[in-house]
Amino acid sequence: MAIEKPYLDIPGTIVFDADQARLGYHLNQFAMSLMNADNRKRFKADEDAYLDEWGMTHEQKQAVVDRDFNRLLALGGNIYFLAKIGATDGLSYVQIVSSMTENDADQHAAMMIAGGRSVDGNRYLHEWEDRP
Amino acid sequence: MSARIAAALFMSHVPAIGVASDLGKTEEPYWKPLFDGMQPARDWIAANPPDVVILVYNDHGNAFSLQMIPTFALGMAPFYEPADEGWGPRPVPTVEGHPALSAHIAQSVIPAGFDLTLVNEMTVDHGLTVPLTMMFDKPDAWPCKVVPLAVNVVQHPTPSGRRCLELGKALRAAVETFDDDIIVQIWGTGGMSHQLQGARAGLINAEFDNRFMDDMINDPEVLAEVPPVEYLREAGSEGIELVMWLIARGSMADLAGGGSPGEVHRLYHVPASNTAVGQLVLENGTVTA
Repeated sequence: MAIEKPYLDIPGTIVFDADQARLGYHLNQFAMSLMNADNRKRFKADEDAYLDEWGMTHEQKQAVVDRDFNRLLALGGNIYFLAKIGATDGLSYVQIVSSMTENDADQHAAMMIAGGRSVDGNRYLHEWEDRP
Repeated sequence: MSARIAAALFMSHVPAIGVASDLGKTEEPYWKPLFDGMQPARDWIAANPPDVVILVYNDHGNAFSLQMIPTFALGMAPFYEPADEGWGPRPVPTVEGHPALSAHIAQSVIPAGFDLTLVNEMTVDHGLTVPLTMMFDKPDAWPCKVVPLAVNVVQHPTPSGRRCLELGKALRAAVETFDDDIIVQIWGTGGMSHQLQGARAGLINAEFDNRFMDDMINDPEVLAEVPPVEYLREAGSEGIELVMWLIARGSMADLAGGGSPGEVHRLYHVPASNTAVGQLVLENGTVTA
């Protein structure tokens, strides 16, 4: 019998569970390797060559090159590990986080100062059905 | 004579708070209200210093990779260095441990049914060092020893709220049988509402957060039954960190037949970067029926 996952019903959210972790293990380990300054330097010098050292899928490698964080989440990435890719690019958390949303970094920061994104209308997938 | 738990503290551990302190930005308009709001907690702890803090937090992919995922990891070491999280290590003092208390906790809590992972060497990330900054500002050395208790709230399933509250009760029993006349505080950290990922990133739920603090004070046994999905849906994907507060709450006297906790300090502030900040100081058993 399948495990029930009630959290699959939350819009705009990918919960990093053991199944996602299984898909993303090498992706997240690659991202973790960027905590090391020498690795950051090698990655920046030749991203493709560095990515080829890891047992990642082609899709995962392409999403890293594209810095497509939403795609990386879907492919098993976890935000705390993925953030190290952003850090390697010199990005702040607000820049990384906002890149996954409809807002740019300034708009995102302004939204946060105004109290953040409301939970109303953002609890269930069906509430997002009319979104483009 | 034995050790006693004098208070439980609860607070967010937002990395940006640490950065604001480290870079001397605390008087800037963005940060000043938050740091002013934390001052009563700093004044209180200066008057009520702990010998040891059992600091419940989570690692954020810094000390632990996904190679191994301990659900509850207890630090056993004499020292813990601040981690380099990709932006360089925070310029804060080395954290001094209390290996004798750690060993005692392991020998008390594991037989009581909590299968802790014991960690002899690890770094500590912002999850542990930011609460120290929030309470102690920028000292040359931290004024107390720290026993780190790292909880997995990064990869689901995480431990349940019930499991966390019960672990807190076991920690209380452990501390009270430690034959050393020391004052211990237990800090539960993380949260409050925030979501750092996906198209819903930036979510804040002040109503949930404030009710959570009310229930944390008055009704922890009911709060312990809240399922993980409710934290995820209502407080954001990273809001699940709040279950760690229940470990600190479980250690308080009222859940073992003692007096109710006394509220010393309560703060709620939005935002710090992407996150809602909460802070609570509860003294143990000061209110008797």
